[in-house]
This record gives sequence, structure tokens and C-alpha cells, in this order.
Amino acid sequence: MAVMMYWEAIRRAHDEEMTRDPLVICMGEDIGVAGGTYKATQGLYDKYGPERVIDTPISENSYTGLGIGASFLGVRPIIEIMSVNFAWLATDQIFNSAAKVRYMSGGQLTAPVVIRSPGGTAHQLGAQHSARMEKVFMGVAGLRVVTPSSPKQAYGMLKSAVRCDDPVFIYEHELMYNMKGEVPDAEYFHPLEGSEVTRSGKDVTLFGYNISVHWCMQAAEQLAKNGIDCEVIDLYTLSPLDRAGIQKSVSKTHRAVVVEEAEAAVGVGSEVMAIINEECFFDLDAAPVRVSAVNVPIPYNHRLEKATIPNAKSVMAAVRKLLGK
Amino acid sequence: MNAADKKRLLREMLFARRFEERCYEAYVERKIGGFLHLYPGQEACAFGVLDAARPGHDYVITGYRDHVHAIKCGADPKEVMAELFGKETGSSKGRGGSMHIFDTKHHFMGGYALVGGPFPLAVGMAKGIKLKGGDEISICFLGDAANNQGTFHETLNMAALWELPVLFVCENNLYGIGTRIDRSTAVVDQYKRVCGYNIPAAQVDGQDIEKVHAAAKIAVEHVRSGKGPYFLELMTYRYRGHSMSDSNAYRAKEEERMWSKRDPIIMLRDRLIKAGEMSADDYKKMDDDVLDHIENEIIKFAEESPEPKVEELERYVLADNDPWVKGGAH
Repeated sequence: MAVMMYWEAIRRAHDEEMTRDPLVICMGEDIGVAGGTYKATQGLYDKYGPERVIDTPISENSYTGLGIGASFLGVRPIIEIMSVNFAWLATDQIFNSAAKVRYMSGGQLTAPVVIRSPGGTAHQLGAQHSARMEKVFMGVAGLRVVTPSSPKQAYGMLKSAVRCDDPVFIYEHELMYNMKGEVPDAEYFHPLEGSEVTRSGKDVTLFGYNISVHWCMQAAEQLAKNGIDCEVIDLYTLSPLDRAGIQKSVSKTHRAVVVEEAEAAVGVGSEVMAIINEECFFDLDAAPVRVSAVNVPIPYNHRLEKATIPNAKSVMAAVRKLLGK
Repeated sequence: MNAADKKRLLREMLFARRFEERCYEAYVERKIGGFLHLYPGQEACAFGVLDAARPGHDYVITGYRDHVHAIKCGADPKEVMAELFGKETGSSKGRGGSMHIFDTKHHFMGGYALVGGPFPLAVGMAKGIKLKGGDEISICFLGDAANNQGTFHETLNMAALWELPVLFVCENNLYGIGTRIDRSTAVVDQYKRVCGYNIPAAQVDGQDIEKVHAAAKIAVEHVRSGKGPYFLELMTYRYRGHSMSDSNAYRAKEEERMWSKRDPIIMLRDRLIKAGEMSADDYKKMDDDVLDHIENEIIKFAEESPEPKVEELERYVLADNDPWVKGGAH
């Protein structure tokens, strides 16, 4: 297995899929000649040319719609939206066209597009460049939402998403593109449904996804030193959430903490807690807890920004409180 | 256009008119629900343009006033009516309704309900055609009011920039829902708005099918020959309100009377009668045949068809058993 960065893994998936199928194209702002803001499409313009590696104007809703329209004819576009904050502008086409067209055409038409976009709070980017919008996408029927927490997932999910006949939204993270990890040398396809036990434990389940999986793992390692054995579940699929995986782990540990970088309201945490209620309420030894961001537009000031977003320490505090330790 | 083509188009337009009028009745009878946007008055637009193109081969997309465009592309009118009745035999299996007629085997790629939503989809289809190297073109029919959406400008820009094979047909019926165009739009002549994108454009009388057809031939040829997009503005009028929930109180009766004198069907009929190509009786017989066909075949089919099964409510949300969801077939 080769060690590569998250962006390199995404780039490799693009490259392999574009070599395999001439109808796989990629498009987005600055992805061609400039090589991509996060380098995820570096070198592809020279290799595949401007018809297949398309530098788009800054018109998020319409270039996303263009990709969706092309997908009606069997093209497999990988659409990069530079920041999830800009993906708000494209939600009309993603929600009203891509997600609904199969249903409202009675199964005649599908929109097999992949939309990749990074969210998250990076470093003092301010309120309009720091959104975490996964909660908005995961509530829409007809759209798959996955979120890779490692280079291996980033590679394998993009490979599967390109080939899947459904529209897939891949929620990436601005702070994770330089993260290193092992990626199989052979072609690898990651599932687009399910969850993964990243660490097995018996005292409490920590649910994370994307960057918060890493906070959970750091917290679990620290807590292990105090004799608290955490299970960490990576909810790499946000839509549909892995009901069976959530139930299985909580039924084993009897306690749950859900960790998200976004605000609590109407979010992943609320949804996971609802599933716990529905699937395994009587297995619980304590009320589940959410660890989430403060509900404010992200402030510019570094100190305020840090105080808004949770981290491994907030996860540890939540676990201790839950266990009364 | 020869006499036989004119007679054929007269019949097709008359059929569309009677089809839509029958929808109106069915709506009043509560056989059709939801929103219903009818086409009477605008027939020469869809038939004139599509007859100059290759319906069933070229990819066509439009907004919510979509029944007639679908039928001209080749959709079975029985299935369109069954869709309006919400039946399993409908074009979209009763899941779409009036605003979402689809018939992809005839390359009718749908009716969409968000004003301006189809613009980027149409250009995307054109991109698909170009990538695949086909000789089809993409045709996008929308109303004048859609041009006040951002997607209009964003899409024209990309269509021109990448020289994509797309024909934009603007059916300018002078009203965006209930607001007259000069009260919502700074530039009333829509063809003038595209000059900023270096896209050739023309404005034509949308009530005279021969003029529409002639203009559309030039437009279609331009697009099909690889010269990039074209914009055709057709000046037209809808006789009914925007949808069935619109009482049409905002329009002057004098204006409506003036447009009714320029009815696309009556104009073509009178021309054919004057040229001795048909008689008033021939027309009456044509109308009777059309009405009979609609009542005894189309309505009958829609009435007698089964409704979708509630057990299949969740079908068509996502692909059935897509292997890549599990990480591949291997």
C-alpha cells in the first residue's frame, strides 16, 4: 500500500476513471489550467484536454446544472464546487433536478453526477467561507451523501460514486487535503452505504464522520489511558445513515456520543439520536449526548473561531460527563 | 412548406388545442389535480419549431407547460393524459404530473417546474451530444419570464463560450404568471438580451406557423452545423391564465380579443381554405375526428388505467440494487 495525501487519492481516482471511460469528465472553477484549488485535478487538463477537464465560469448553479444535463445522456461528470459555501447556489439544480428527476420521470431518467465539495471551518476564513452544510444535503430524497475521513475512503468513494447511477454528493474538508494515509495499490471501490468501526470498544460509542472521526480517535486514545474503552464509528455515509451499524454498536456499549463539526440544530447528531431512540432505546444506560459547534455564523477572530468548533477535548469532556467520571 | 405538410400541421395543432381544452374539463371534474398550465394560443411555437427540427431525435426540454411539446416529440397522448390523471400507465407512471411529463425514448427530456431550471440542463445535453459526437441538437423551450433568472445569463454565457449545439426558443407570451412583461423586464424584446453573448438571435411572429417554421429552419441548421447556439424569440399569447388557479383578471379584454384574431389554427385553416386546399366541411370533419379520438381513446385509456400501487411508493427514488453502492460487483 502506498501512502498518499487525501488530494492525491482524489486525483488518482479521477485519473483512473477518466482513462477507463471517455465519458467521465470533470468540471469546476480553476480545476483545469490552474490545477484545482486543492490540487485534486492537478495535471488532468494536460492529459485529457479542455473538452473533458472544464474550467467553468463562476456560475455554480448553472455549471452544476450543465453537468446534470450532460449526465442525462450518459456522461459521468465529476463536478467540483470549490467550497461548500458556494454549493448553496447550486442547491436548486442539485435538489430540484438531480435528486428528483428519477422519481418524477417514473424511472426514465437518472442523473449520475458526482458533486465534490469541501466544507468545514479552516483558518479564519470568516462566516461565508466556513460553512458545514452536510445537514442540508442529507435530508434530500434521491441524493446520496458520503464523506471520506481518510485518503483511502476519498479514493474509493469517488471511484464508486462515478460508476453509481445515482447522484452522489461527496462532502470533503478543507483541512484534510494534506492528510496522509495508506491507499491500496490495486483499484479499490469503497461502499457508498454503511459505516465503519474505526476502533472497537465496550464502554461508549463515539459517532463521528469526516474530520470529527479524528477528534473521536484522539479522544478515545486519551480516554483509554484512564481506563475508558471507547468504540469509534465512522459514519462515512450521511444519506442513508447506517441504521443497523448505529443500532449494533449502541446495543453493545449502551452509551452514545455524536460528534459533528456543524451546529447541533437539525443535524447529524439529532438524526443519529433519533435512530438510537427508534432502534435501541431500551439498550441505553444513559441519555445520548451531542458534541457540536456553537450556533453562530463562524467568527473571524481566531480565539472566537476556536471557541465555536468542537475538538478532541470537547469529546473527552462529553464522555466523562456521560460516564460520571 | 407544401399543402400536405400544412394540413398535417393544422391537424396536429388542432389536436393539441382540443387535448388541452379537454384537460381543462377534466380538471374542473377533478380528474386532474395539482397545477395545470395549458397551451392554447401558443401552438404554432412548438409545432413550427419542432417540425423544422427532428422530433424524437433531437433532445427537447421545457418548463411546466409541457404536454404539447412532449406529444410533438412522439410521446403517446394516451400516456400523457394518463399521467395527468395520476395513473400507473402515465408517461411518468403517475409520479410526475402535468409539470413533469417525460418521454426519454423520444428524447423528450422533461418538463420542469422551476422557472429557468431547464436552461443549464439543455446546455448540459448539448455538451453530452458534443462529447458523444452525435448529430442531434438540444432544444430548450421556455417563456419570456424565465429570462429574468440568473440561469438564463449563466447558461447563455457557457453555451456561447463552448459553442454548444443548443437552440433556445423563447415563447414570449407577454406575461410572467400574472405580471406583464413591461412591468417586470427592462428590455421587452428578448432577442436583444442575448446580443451580449454573441449569440445570433431572431424575433418572429409566433402565431404564424409558416413564419415560425421558416425561422426555425435557419436556427436549426445553424446549430446543427456546429456553429454554436441560436436564440429564437416567438411572439405569442396564451388564451388561458398562467395555470388553472389563475383567473386571468390582470389582462385587458381588448388585448385578448386582439390576439384571438391571430389564432394560429384559424389563420392556417383560413389560408388552406382560401387556397382551395380544404373546405370548411373538411375542417369540421377533422375537428370531429380529433374530438372523437380524444374522447374515445385517450380519455378512455386514462379513465380505465390503474393507479400506482402504494406498495411502490418508494420505487424510483434511487437506482435498484446498484452494485457500486456496495463497492462493486466483485
